[in-house]
Amino acid sequence: MSALLVADFDDAGTLVQAARWAKSAGYPLADAFSPFPLDGMPEILGETSTRLRVWMFVGGLAVAALAYGTEYWSAVYDFPIDSGGRPLHSWPAFVLFPFAIGIFGAALTGFIGLLATCGLPRLHHPLFDINGFERATQDRFMLALHAPAIDSDKRTTVAWLKQAGAANVWELEW
Amino acid sequence: MSARGETLRAALRWTEPEGRSIEAVNDLVSAPLLERRRWRWRVWWIAFAVSLALTTAMAVTIVYLFSKGIGIFGNNTTVVWGFPIANYVWWIGIGNAGTLISSMLLLMRQHWRASINRFAEAMTLFAAAIAGIFPILHLGRPLYFYWLVPYPNTMSLWPQWRSALIWDFWAITSYLLFSILFWYVGLIPDLAALRDRAKSPTARTLFGIFALGWRGSARHWHTLHVYHTTMACLGVPLVISLHSVVGLDFAASLMPGWAETIFPPYFVVGAMYSGFTMVIVLAAAVRWGLRLQALITVEHFEVMAKMLLAASVIMTVSYGAEWFSAWYGGEHAERSLVAYSFAGDYRAFYWLMLLLNCAIPHAFWFPAARRSIATVVTIAVLINIGMWLERMLIVLNTLSHGYAIGMWRTYAPTLWDFLLLFGSLGFFALLFLVFCRVLPVVSMHETRRLLSAEAEP
Repeated sequence: MSALLVADFDDAGTLVQAARWAKSAGYPLADAFSPFPLDGMPEILGETSTRLRVWMFVGGLAVAALAYGTEYWSAVYDFPIDSGGRPLHSWPAFVLFPFAIGIFGAALTGFIGLLATCGLPRLHHPLFDINGFERATQDRFMLALHAPAIDSDKRTTVAWLKQAGAANVWELEW
Repeated sequence: MSARGETLRAALRWTEPEGRSIEAVNDLVSAPLLERRRWRWRVWWIAFAVSLALTTAMAVTIVYLFSKGIGIFGNNTTVVWGFPIANYVWWIGIGNAGTLISSMLLLMRQHWRASINRFAEAMTLFAAAIAGIFPILHLGRPLYFYWLVPYPNTMSLWPQWRSALIWDFWAITSYLLFSILFWYVGLIPDLAALRDRAKSPTARTLFGIFALGWRGSARHWHTLHVYHTTMACLGVPLVISLHSVVGLDFAASLMPGWAETIFPPYFVVGAMYSGFTMVIVLAAAVRWGLRLQALITVEHFEVMAKMLLAASVIMTVSYGAEWFSAWYGGEHAERSLVAYSFAGDYRAFYWLMLLLNCAIPHAFWFPAARRSIATVVTIAVLINIGMWLERMLIVLNTLSHGYAIGMWRTYAPTLWDFLLLFGSLGFFALLFLVFCRVLPVVSMHETRRLLSAEAEP
């Protein structure tokens, strides 16, 4: 059972400022929600590193290698055709298929990686139970903190969030 | 100038005041989808009926083609490629511009792409899909088109990897699948916003399923940003290779006027050129039909007109390079072909093409022409006709006037050629009209981000 405090702010600037203060004051930040990407937010939350590009590179390379291997094996070993004395392994003509499909392979790997990193698809999430959270995808800016276990600490945190500019603070347990 | 100052100037330049708040963007873009009563949709239904009729004409032509064979077209034993191949090159060219806008302009930080990239990407998908139909229709035995795919089969056959047809097939397939992913990922945050705005349970459920549970968390946005920019970096070489391959279909042959090293880049520029004209036409239609004047502004048309002007100059230089290399190379057939282009059977079309592609776009040197939407759209349509003529003439001139003089013949299209061309246009319009009714035509999250600089002074 974990608990979150979700505070809702009017604009992006207030949210980023509140997140900065919360971090320097030592509050355990959980996540932030906004209708568009906020500059500096990944740094505050410490989520700047991602291996997505590496996966895409590996995925693309693997698909391209598979495509080239298919060409090579089928044209040289399984079904050799001598077409006007051209080499069976006509690599310049073989490059395009691995190149094009390899790029798609990278894109697909990246898409799967994107879903895995974000924990999607997920049709329901406890956050959706908050009445008002639907505006996080439209025009509100929200900050989620791990709620302290002790009630008095929780009350100070809520008061602090309101002071930082939060219009509402919701408590969520799941 | 700081990054924020730059974004702020961009926000002020590329939007009108009534579209300058986050909620205004949400409302402008989602109203046609969620509050349909606010529109009468009469023009939409008329356009839908017309495009449905044309689509039916295309379907009838295809059925007739499959039962009779390609003899129903104007192609003959000399001019073996006619409308279908020219249409294919033209459509794939239109299918290039969406990725140009979403990839190249993203990498170059051109803020104005925010309000046009979504429908330009949709245009790309539909145009590339339609383009993909034409080579299949042009096959002697279209029912065997799947032989292009390498799969273990009882005949122990494999595709001929050295064939340009295989390159085409894989370039289009990869491009189409890539574009679908690129487009869909950009849509996810907007689908989530629509899910959260929708009042009817059906709309909420449908948008909710396709939004995949997007919550707009900082981690989501960061990963999406990384994915999107990486896709843009991959998209640029892919889109260039796609149309280069189409150029190689010609250049890998030995025909006069085709076997030229300039063909791949020349085809890529031509694709951007004709694709941008289609973006302009659709931008004007969407702006007027969905009342998006606040988000798609005169400034957008002005900057796209400048792109057309630049592309026009590059096209003119490319034509000049073709003529020059024919003369400088000294090959008789090449020189004869250039003379034939200017003075032969299709000369009227050739001169018309030069007028439309190389002369008329120079009107865009004048700011008044660039800032009049009617003028920009008219010139865009003319250029698009000119680019279709160009593709047609690349096919016709060379094939009608090859090396073997005894084989010289002219080409005349049939009714079926025209039905298929206009039918494909109708099918494209049909797909686009449906897209406007079910998905947001402007990227809400990218426009919101553009505006965010203004909200925080």
